[in-house]
Amino acid sequence: MGLAVFVGCAFIAFGPAFALFTLTVAVDPLRIIILVAGSFFWLVSVLLGSLVWFVGVQLSDRGNPSLQSGLLVFGAAVSVLLQEAFRFANYKLLKKADQGLASISEDGRSPISLQQMAYVSGLAFGLISGAFSGVNILTDSLGPGIVGIHGDSPHFFITSAFLTMALVLLHTFWGVIFFDACERGKWLAGMGVVVSHLVTSALTFLCPWYETSLVPIYLLTAGTAAWAFSTAGGSVRTLQRCFTCKQKIDDRVVVYSALQAPSED
Amino acid sequence: MAENLANVLHEQLSEGFPDTHRNNSDEGADRRRVVEGVDQELNGQPPSARPSQRLESEEDEDEELTLKIYTPFPEDTETVGQRALNSILNAAIMISVIIVMTLLLVVLYKYRCYKVIHGWLIISSLLLLFFFSFIYLGEVFKTYNVGMDYITLALIIWNFGVVGMICIHWKGPLHLQQAYLIMISALMALVFIKYLPEWTAWLILAVISVYDLVAVLCPKGPLRMLVETAQERNEPIFPALIYSSTMVWLVNMADTDAESRKKPALNSTTPESQAAPSQSAQGPDDGGFTTDWELRQQETLGHMESSEETRRQVQEMPSARPPAIQSDDSEERGVKLGLGDFIFYSVLVGKASATASGDWNTTLACFVAILIGLCLTLLLLAIFKKALPALPISITFGLVFYFATDNLVRPFMDQLALHQFYI
Repeated sequence: MGLAVFVGCAFIAFGPAFALFTLTVAVDPLRIIILVAGSFFWLVSVLLGSLVWFVGVQLSDRGNPSLQSGLLVFGAAVSVLLQEAFRFANYKLLKKADQGLASISEDGRSPISLQQMAYVSGLAFGLISGAFSGVNILTDSLGPGIVGIHGDSPHFFITSAFLTMALVLLHTFWGVIFFDACERGKWLAGMGVVVSHLVTSALTFLCPWYETSLVPIYLLTAGTAAWAFSTAGGSVRTLQRCFTCKQKIDDRVVVYSALQAPSED
Repeated sequence: MAENLANVLHEQLSEGFPDTHRNNSDEGADRRRVVEGVDQELNGQPPSARPSQRLESEEDEDEELTLKIYTPFPEDTETVGQRALNSILNAAIMISVIIVMTLLLVVLYKYRCYKVIHGWLIISSLLLLFFFSFIYLGEVFKTYNVGMDYITLALIIWNFGVVGMICIHWKGPLHLQQAYLIMISALMALVFIKYLPEWTAWLILAVISVYDLVAVLCPKGPLRMLVETAQERNEPIFPALIYSSTMVWLVNMADTDAESRKKPALNSTTPESQAAPSQSAQGPDDGGFTTDWELRQQETLGHMESSEETRRQVQEMPSARPPAIQSDDSEERGVKLGLGDFIFYSVLVGKASATASGDWNTTLACFVAILIGLCLTLLLLAIFKKALPALPISITFGLVFYFATDNLVRPFMDQLALHQFYI
């Protein structure tokens, strides 16, 4: 506990997300607005999901622990399905906004493409989901205490941080894949995203047994990353080109040499 | 006897220790409960040596008295009904004060009593920048147990305040002006958060968004009359009341008037006369281009003198730079938001973080709700192109999300986090 754990876990959980945000989203105000809109959609979905759970708890027998945990699992499943439904609603809204932006722009093209919007929306879902899951735990890690004193795992904070990071990245990838699937009518890919989300959530139910929850979730993250990369148009060749830094010859070089010609006369 | 004295002193010291221990552990607990620096339940009673506590409670009573005038009905009553009634009455008093002040401001503006308005604005920003920031710094130092002498404090507050007055009421870099406006809104919001009782605060937020809707949209609404009168007279509204997101570029570079000057959109000083063609303006200051340099240049490159036409042509060539902004465009690009809106947004988020038991989830939810409300309001602004109230949509979303998150989402999320389930 203490500052070291807090800083370490905070950077593990939110480091990639904030790097992505600072480098890609913060530079463009339109993307920031799309980010906030995505967060809003996730919030509404979680609100409805927790309403369902709350109603279930009020109507059920409070004293029955297995019923309560069953209700919790049911509530989590409903929440996952609602999140995906709201991701679809977000897709619909952004598509309409894309058309609106294209119509008011000067050259008829919208300043942001649907793929970029998909990425930003996924990042939005990831950030707000990670924040809601992780920030309370992080603030508790700042204070005094002993972890796992009642027999729970002493690795609670660091595993929570890793799970949060995985979830943030997964949401980003799911956003890209889902929007592409909706755009091209690939319903199988869309269902794949929903199933993948349910599987991830189910894996976290195995939680204190970290070999079966954390490792498969990271494998799933890596797989989803590759899937999203290929959906966005990447391939092994583009990856190679990126790493060997081969770039096209810049056209502006030609213009510059044309300008130089008169002074040599 | 010396030994006895030493013993007595030793006893006193050891007695002192348990007290400080208790104070320190209280401080730890207090610190976790104190969010945003102030918490109304604790009411500014930090752990410190006992003699000074009596002084502080006197100061707090004085400070509480200042807002007690506006909210005289207490909220710690026995029945819920009584509490509701008291908070409704408090809110009614606060709102009527705000309405009266707004009407007074509009009447003064209509009858061109500019001096009175300027004096009023200057006094209120003086109060905010000096007095309230002094109180806030005092609270911060008390909470974190930082020792500070009055001389350093006076120097800090003086510099902060004077630069603030200059930036807000005269000229200053845009970002510094924006920063100061945000800081005074935050200070005002902190005062509201600390001294308004809980139910009163929520009711005031709800009622003031309704009032904002009425005041800005109804034809006889005071704020609408203020905006229309300002537009008729073609004057910007007072700098101390509005947050603006851009500066105004007065003049295009290719025009006859020489320089394109940047001027803050809000300084209502009389616009400087835009005469003087370029050649004569360059007379006394040739910018280091001496006459023999110019002669040499003319020999090598031929006579080159840019005139307006050539400059205009160069400007019109497609280039990577965005084209120079026309003056009427820039007014449309920038957005102006009233400081009252900032204050009430901050009150909402601050109250959410101070009084909610859901800690960060509720604060985050309210934050996102307010941002979305603002985005929607800006969208409506782009569609309707006239002054719109910024409070109703944001505050409605904020309130809905606050109560929903605090009562529904928080227990759900807590249960999930307890078992380390993720959704």
